[in-house]
Amino acid sequence: MSPEITQDLTAEEQEQLECVYAKPETLTETRFHYCPGCGHSVVHRVLMEVVEELDIQDKTIGIAPVGCSVFAYHYMNIDMQGAAHGRASAVATAVKRLLPDRYVFAYQGDGDLAAIGTAETIHTCNRGENIMIVFINNAIYGMTGGQMAPTTLLGMKTSTSPTGRTVETAGFPIMITNMIAMLPGVAYVTRQSVETPNAVRQLKKAFTKGFQYQKEHKGTCFIEVVSNCPSGWKMTPLQANKWLVENMFPVYPPGDIKVPA
Amino acid sequence: MAKGKVTFDIETCKGCELCIEACPQLSLALSSKINAQGYHYAVLIKDNCTGCVNCALVCPDAVITVYRQKKKSKTPVARITNVTQNITVTIDDERK
Amino acid sequence: MGDTRLMKGNEALAEAAIRAGCQGYFGYPITPQSEILEYLADEGRKRGMIVLQAESEVASINMVYGGAGAGARVMTSSSSPGISLMQEGISYIACAELPCLIVNVNRGGPGLGTIQPSQGDYFQSVKGGGHGDYRLIVLAPSSVQEMADFVYDAFDLADKYRTPVLILADGALGQMMEKVEFREYIPADHVPPKPWATTGKLKERARNFVTSLHMQPEQMEEVNKHLQAKYRTIAEHEVRYELVAADDAEYMIVAYGLAARVSHRAVQLARAEGIRVGLLRPITLWPYPSAVLQSIASRLQGVLVVEMNAGQMVEDVRLAVEGRAPVHFYGRMGGVIPGPDEVVRALRAIVHNEVAQAAEAH
Repeated sequence: MSPEITQDLTAEEQEQLECVYAKPETLTETRFHYCPGCGHSVVHRVLMEVVEELDIQDKTIGIAPVGCSVFAYHYMNIDMQGAAHGRASAVATAVKRLLPDRYVFAYQGDGDLAAIGTAETIHTCNRGENIMIVFINNAIYGMTGGQMAPTTLLGMKTSTSPTGRTVETAGFPIMITNMIAMLPGVAYVTRQSVETPNAVRQLKKAFTKGFQYQKEHKGTCFIEVVSNCPSGWKMTPLQANKWLVENMFPVYPPGDIKVPA
Repeated sequence: MAKGKVTFDIETCKGCELCIEACPQLSLALSSKINAQGYHYAVLIKDNCTGCVNCALVCPDAVITVYRQKKKSKTPVARITNVTQNITVTIDDERK
Repeated sequence: MGDTRLMKGNEALAEAAIRAGCQGYFGYPITPQSEILEYLADEGRKRGMIVLQAESEVASINMVYGGAGAGARVMTSSSSPGISLMQEGISYIACAELPCLIVNVNRGGPGLGTIQPSQGDYFQSVKGGGHGDYRLIVLAPSSVQEMADFVYDAFDLADKYRTPVLILADGALGQMMEKVEFREYIPADHVPPKPWATTGKLKERARNFVTSLHMQPEQMEEVNKHLQAKYRTIAEHEVRYELVAADDAEYMIVAYGLAARVSHRAVQLARAEGIRVGLLRPITLWPYPSAVLQSIASRLQGVLVVEMNAGQMVEDVRLAVEGRAPVHFYGRMGGVIPGPDEVVRALRAIVHNEVAQAAEAH
């Protein structure tokens, strides 16, 4: 192995190099509690980079769910509320209605958004609430230890589908994002991911659009992020990202599903 | 000197290796040492970093700071900084 | 100068909410309280309120959480089954210390039950209802006038203590029409600043976050200690009750809400017969007026608790009386309102030493 290069910038480097990327000020100093390689914190960071770049830290209110991202408010340096399981979009609805000039987003996982909170999700979107919903789909319940999620793939093994999900016992993975796209109140629906640098760049553009459309009162913006769960999937982060591309993308293909006219 | 450089918050790094995979220059590796959390942390091992930012983009723990060679400034070549008495002219050498 | 009108209890409550500067109402239709939502959807919206018919009571209470967390004066209303659905959210609101008003226009249960008036939700209202150690301030109106007045009090108490307040009415109070006078209420004089609210993080302050999650048990215990200290303060300062004909009373009826109205008449009838009976009407069901009951119990021959349920508040009466006097119970269930004559009969039975369980005799 090659020797490690010193972390310190030499005098010459200090003179000739400039910082082009650093952790955004809109993230707190608190270390993420997420497992190594988890997509959650990438999404947190990208979201906060956009808040920083749009200079809307003082106007943004986030709603955290129950699930692995329950502590999102420890990391995002903005005003936030922690919602009951599944109800983030209802909480976000009220915040936005009462503070209509603020940017409001709900950040939710698959169990939160597409199982226990399905009614709130659908009705929030159907009302066309002028908020952004960030939907992290990693096809598993991470926080509770790897149980089957509504988006768990057929054949995928979890602690509650130990021999793999079957249609007979659990039905098909729910295509909640496609369902949401059918609702006329919804302005923007896109499916993104964070497994490569380019995917992260695309996600950042999607978040920027989401806030922009919110500013323009276009209606609900729904951004799914197909993400990983190395611990729940029982893989290394690199294996998980490879598995994601090979198995998640065929069912949940990335790309825009609905864009404003 | 390399065109870029990355530094790591090594105590926060969890050694997930996603940055290593994302680096087009193959400049990164895990250290043989571990941090206080017990992880082998990522380090720069080659002097060929271009400051492309790919590693920082995929880093789940926001531990990477990226530096890149300053862009050659297009204007001004010369700047008048004092017009009341003596005139001082600064020439940007790199422009040449 | 007040403004006097003839209104349904539900409408009077809704009108008072508008006058109290309520900024957001989130609710779901359920008999016998839908007039609150209907009145606000019309009159409230006209006067600037955010009124949203939610997809469920679960969504409603979480909207209340969001709105209160954003610093707004907000409320919801429902009836028994709907309030059951809200319990998780109410527990979160209590823990996150969000001021808000919840109205339960109680109907007969259990289950889908009936749409008729009941007091079957006493336990749910005063003993927690949802999970964990929390309390609601519970106000029990017994007239349309109080349906209106208690809205002002409820919002003020909620803000003062950063706690959810419940108005526990019933289907009869919600549906009956009576004269109601609206006293003047200037929200600006009552609503305190809410520096903790999530309104957007300004440069000059740290971020605000509203949560009920504290993973470290020691930290969660501290949160609990803080809540319990607050509840003790409330119990010390906010007990409200009404005493009727108590000075020379040998017997005391204890009843709240609609049952207290019936009992009030029963007291008049019984006194005409020469029975020296008074009435204690708890107005706050939590904190409970235990001290007053305790102080008069030893000079009483007996206490009769009248409720429109199977005997719930009677437990709190027994706890307060602590054996100083015999405690009897008379109740009707399932949406049946007892008549004053029934109450007098039950009282007579006690006075004449004819076994106390009037409810069983019925």
